[in-house]
Amino acid sequence: MTVAKPPQSERIPPWRDERFLRMGTQIVSSVLMLFLIYWAISNFIAITQQRGMPLTYRFLKEPAGFPISESYIPYDPTMSFGRAFRVGLTNTLVVSITGIFFATWLGFFVGLARLSSNWLVSRIALAFIEFHRNIPLLVLLFIWYFGVFVKLPPVKESITLPGPLYLSQRGLYLTWPRLTETGPLFIAFLTAGIAISVIAFKVLRERRIKTGQNTYYLPVSLALLIIIPVIGWIAAKGKPFWVDVPVLQGFNYQGGLRLSPEFAALTVGLTTYTAAFIAEVFRAGILAVQKGQVEAARALGLPPAQVLSLVVIPQALRVVIPPLISQYLNLTKNSSLALTIGYQELFAIGKVTINQAGRAVPVFLMVMATYLAISLITSGILNIYNRRVQFIER
Amino acid sequence: MKKSILVLSGLVIASLLLASCAPQPAGEVAPQKIVETVVVTVEVPGETVTVKPQGYGTIAARVRERGKVVCGVHKELLGFGYLDANGRNIGFDIDLCRAVAAAVLGDAEAIEAVPITAADRGPVLQTGEVDLVTRNMTWTSKRDAEWGNFTWIMFYDGQGFLVRADSGIKTLQDMNGASICVTTGTTTEKNLATAFADANLAYNAVTFEETSAVYGAYEQGRCDVATSDKSQLAAVRAGFSDPNAHEILDITISKEPLTPAVPAGDDQWFDIVKTVMWGMIAAEEYGITSANVAEMKASSDANIRMLLGTEGDWGYTTLGLEADALANVIEQIGNYGEVYDRYFGENGLAFYLPRGMNNLWKNGGLIYAPPIK
Amino acid sequence: MNTTSDSVTPPAPPRMLEWIQKNLFNGWLNSALTLIALVFLYFVVVSSARWAFFTADWRPVTTAPLLFLVGQYPREQLWRPGLSMLLSTFMIGISWGIWPRYLKAFSIFLVVLLAGMAIVPLETPTITLGIRAAFLAASLLIYAGYLLGRSKFVNARLAVMLWTVIAVLISLVLLPGIPKSSALPSVPTTAWGGLLITLLLAIGGILLSFPIGVLLALGRRSSLPVVKVFSILFIEVIRGVPLVTILFMFSVILALFLPAESRIDRILRALMGMVVFSAAYTAENVRGGLQAIPPGQVEAAKALGLNGFQTTTLIVLPQALRLVIPAIVGQFISLFKDTTLVVIVGINDLLGVGNSVLKLSPEFFRLQMEVYLFIAAIFWVFSYFMSYASLQLEKSLGVGER
Repeated sequence: MTVAKPPQSERIPPWRDERFLRMGTQIVSSVLMLFLIYWAISNFIAITQQRGMPLTYRFLKEPAGFPISESYIPYDPTMSFGRAFRVGLTNTLVVSITGIFFATWLGFFVGLARLSSNWLVSRIALAFIEFHRNIPLLVLLFIWYFGVFVKLPPVKESITLPGPLYLSQRGLYLTWPRLTETGPLFIAFLTAGIAISVIAFKVLRERRIKTGQNTYYLPVSLALLIIIPVIGWIAAKGKPFWVDVPVLQGFNYQGGLRLSPEFAALTVGLTTYTAAFIAEVFRAGILAVQKGQVEAARALGLPPAQVLSLVVIPQALRVVIPPLISQYLNLTKNSSLALTIGYQELFAIGKVTINQAGRAVPVFLMVMATYLAISLITSGILNIYNRRVQFIER
Repeated sequence: MKKSILVLSGLVIASLLLASCAPQPAGEVAPQKIVETVVVTVEVPGETVTVKPQGYGTIAARVRERGKVVCGVHKELLGFGYLDANGRNIGFDIDLCRAVAAAVLGDAEAIEAVPITAADRGPVLQTGEVDLVTRNMTWTSKRDAEWGNFTWIMFYDGQGFLVRADSGIKTLQDMNGASICVTTGTTTEKNLATAFADANLAYNAVTFEETSAVYGAYEQGRCDVATSDKSQLAAVRAGFSDPNAHEILDITISKEPLTPAVPAGDDQWFDIVKTVMWGMIAAEEYGITSANVAEMKASSDANIRMLLGTEGDWGYTTLGLEADALANVIEQIGNYGEVYDRYFGENGLAFYLPRGMNNLWKNGGLIYAPPIK
Repeated sequence: MNTTSDSVTPPAPPRMLEWIQKNLFNGWLNSALTLIALVFLYFVVVSSARWAFFTADWRPVTTAPLLFLVGQYPREQLWRPGLSMLLSTFMIGISWGIWPRYLKAFSIFLVVLLAGMAIVPLETPTITLGIRAAFLAASLLIYAGYLLGRSKFVNARLAVMLWTVIAVLISLVLLPGIPKSSALPSVPTTAWGGLLITLLLAIGGILLSFPIGVLLALGRRSSLPVVKVFSILFIEVIRGVPLVTILFMFSVILALFLPAESRIDRILRALMGMVVFSAAYTAENVRGGLQAIPPGQVEAAKALGLNGFQTTTLIVLPQALRLVIPAIVGQFISLFKDTTLVVIVGINDLLGVGNSVLKLSPEFFRLQMEVYLFIAAIFWVFSYFMSYASLQLEKSLGVGER
């Protein structure tokens, strides 16, 4: 309110002076907040002292003592609570990344189907979206786990698919290549080959564009891509992998790559649920591309597939990425529902730890902080990517 | 439209304020701060004066004010804590809670059963959210140190294994490589890990938080084996459509003394609950049942008259109870044996489970209570 | 097909055929897609219909309808949830009369559903004649309310006031009861369950989180650093963690930060968790609306001499909220669906009851699909009508007025 302050010496009373009011509100709100925090903490200290629950993290080094059903890093119950926590974190990351990957593709195709000029296809996509958007994820997970995956045939009567690949209520067992002793050498060569060929492709193409000389960038990079891994193959004595075939032994299949029903149900549930939202994101993004763009592309004689991949999608991405980020974060956070269907991720392990170690607050703070960190890091990385997309496109 | 949104938000804020001022549905007492719970014994020459700690008596006062005993219970475990078709909480553990209500408030119905998960048992005791936890809980030294006070062992149990009869599993060694369903956050989970590690066997744990999910998954064949306290396994087996298709192995890998527990810091409440448990055991010893409690009040046995409150004081004045508190318990709930048989007897509501260790000490079991006098 | 077209040549092809050709069979790719979709649809529809009508065993749903509706609410006190239902349905009817555009579909659906529940034959003895009568009365009350709402006696403002009074009455007096009274003995919230809890949590969550969310959004744009920093911290922390952790915080951890022995009702704690969580998301939605208000609006308001408070409440907020109504309704729908998560902190909501029902009898053990699909259907219906109303609202606000 800087409007026409009267120049008289008559001072504004403090209760109408905006500066004073602002200052007052600031002070009052900070005092209130500090007091609230002080009050809560003093209560906490009183209760923890009374009941003997010190706020320390020493228990993280104690042996956990409880089993974890699946883990991507070595774990057994004699290892520490800290280790168990890391297992939970990797489990969360694995299921989130898998879910994000599949949800993006499924969502993309459902979004396209929704926009299809074929009435029936579009309606089926709409039914998929409406079904998933209007039911709770937890119920969906229960349906997938208890209604579908646990009701698969028992392990002795597994469904056998070519591969061999066995599907039963104990999970999906896949034949899977595993590295032999010389395997890492081959993998090193393979990654080096890919990296070098990509760099060669970029550098040579750049030179071609700048100088107009033919640099044969495509044949050169393709040759690199093949030759380097072949050298690696020879260095690995021609046997970088062995094939791990699942075999029915005792109660379960042994060997192969095992996807537990819990993991499968969680991944499928998270994927279909999030895909319904992602489909809407893509649909909105594609609709946001101006009609003239498509018409111009068509006028240039581009076939429909190229109109989509060269004109529509690159422009839609700009609109799509911010809401896509928030869907990815939602999926990651929603993976915490896994504890109800027996997949032990971060939150589930946190709860077990609270129970077995008897330390509610420290564990809880760790779990919250970890989720917060995952969210911030993910959105940070994707925001950087987003900025690049926006910049390049304009 | 603008206006009505405004009016709506105004009203919402008003109702918010109202709600925050309105009395709590479950009547509460003013928050009392407990600073110290140490019993201070002042030595005065010639006599000892016991100064009661500050937490003393708070829970009983709260229970009377509220008119209800709040118990943390199971709601889906046949025999111990479950619902009948009318949605009423029943079960062995629930009856223990009702017994405390009968003693303190004179009404076995004056309970509030809060369903809690296995993982909630520690926190609800630590925060004092419930007055009593009767939820199939094993007493361990660590839990006693960290969670609250465990009162008296009311059910002796041990961890066993439930398998399908046609699975061919007979011993622990047979289970090598099996998928085993287990509840997380329990002693069971840790015992399983220890037993298999000691025997150098591999297994594949399938863990759930909800007991019902554990057995649901086992029943459908997700696991080869389910493990828990044997009584719980018996409960689950009895619940299956064909109980004979499943068997409980003759292996016990742990001691599981199931014990009601109370929050730490109130010795009076701790004593009340213990005494109620003892009263039920003693009543069975003396042959007092819910049917004959009235005539027993005039029994020739002084011990019985003492227990039923017709003469003498078994400690009720100090505990702040009525003389007939234990008589009420027996009348409304019954003695220990009656409660046991109500759910686990041959014609029990839940399933038949021979008393075994849970017989009275006189009959070769472990159930024993200090004298009520 | 061929024979008919050969024998009788229609003068002009009917419009339907034209439409089919244009939308389903224009070009070989589309025709192939249509055929594939038809085959897919045939298998899905036939197999699910066969399952639903022949294979599925719906007894878990039909034997315990009361458990699904009110959980363990004492059966001798059933008139209280019953009266709550009658009052609410009457108000829904009135609202239908006043805002037909948004509520018509839902209300008609409800009339049919309630009437259906009154007459559907069930073997279970738990649904007594009285309960059936109540359903029928509720169904009629919606229509009575509609007639009243359409008349001149009730306007929007009165309806909102009535709603508030009734909501407060039901949730604070009628259902919990009054301690130590004989007419309305108190019923602890641990006995509440089923749809009752789900709806209370959803409605309570929506009503309470909205104003808090608006305040947080304003706080985030405030020029006072303390308020701003607090709002940002609050919003970002809450949005960065899963709802289950927040529910867990309120149901377990919160008690450690309050004075010892103070006890907040379990349902209330879950509600607090839902409100806090939803408020943070609502705040972000509202902030989007606030940012879209051109600064000229604020400057104009100031030029007219409105103070800061008036500018916010009279100029900025009404416009901003109107812009973000779809987003906010979307948030409400997800809050409604998220109420299922309270089952993780041990509250007997619709999903919790579903889990208990599966344990009612050994014969029900394997009927998860039936029970969970039934629950999914209930959620689906409510969410669908919410998004339908939101769409109508969007249309009526977006096109006409600006």
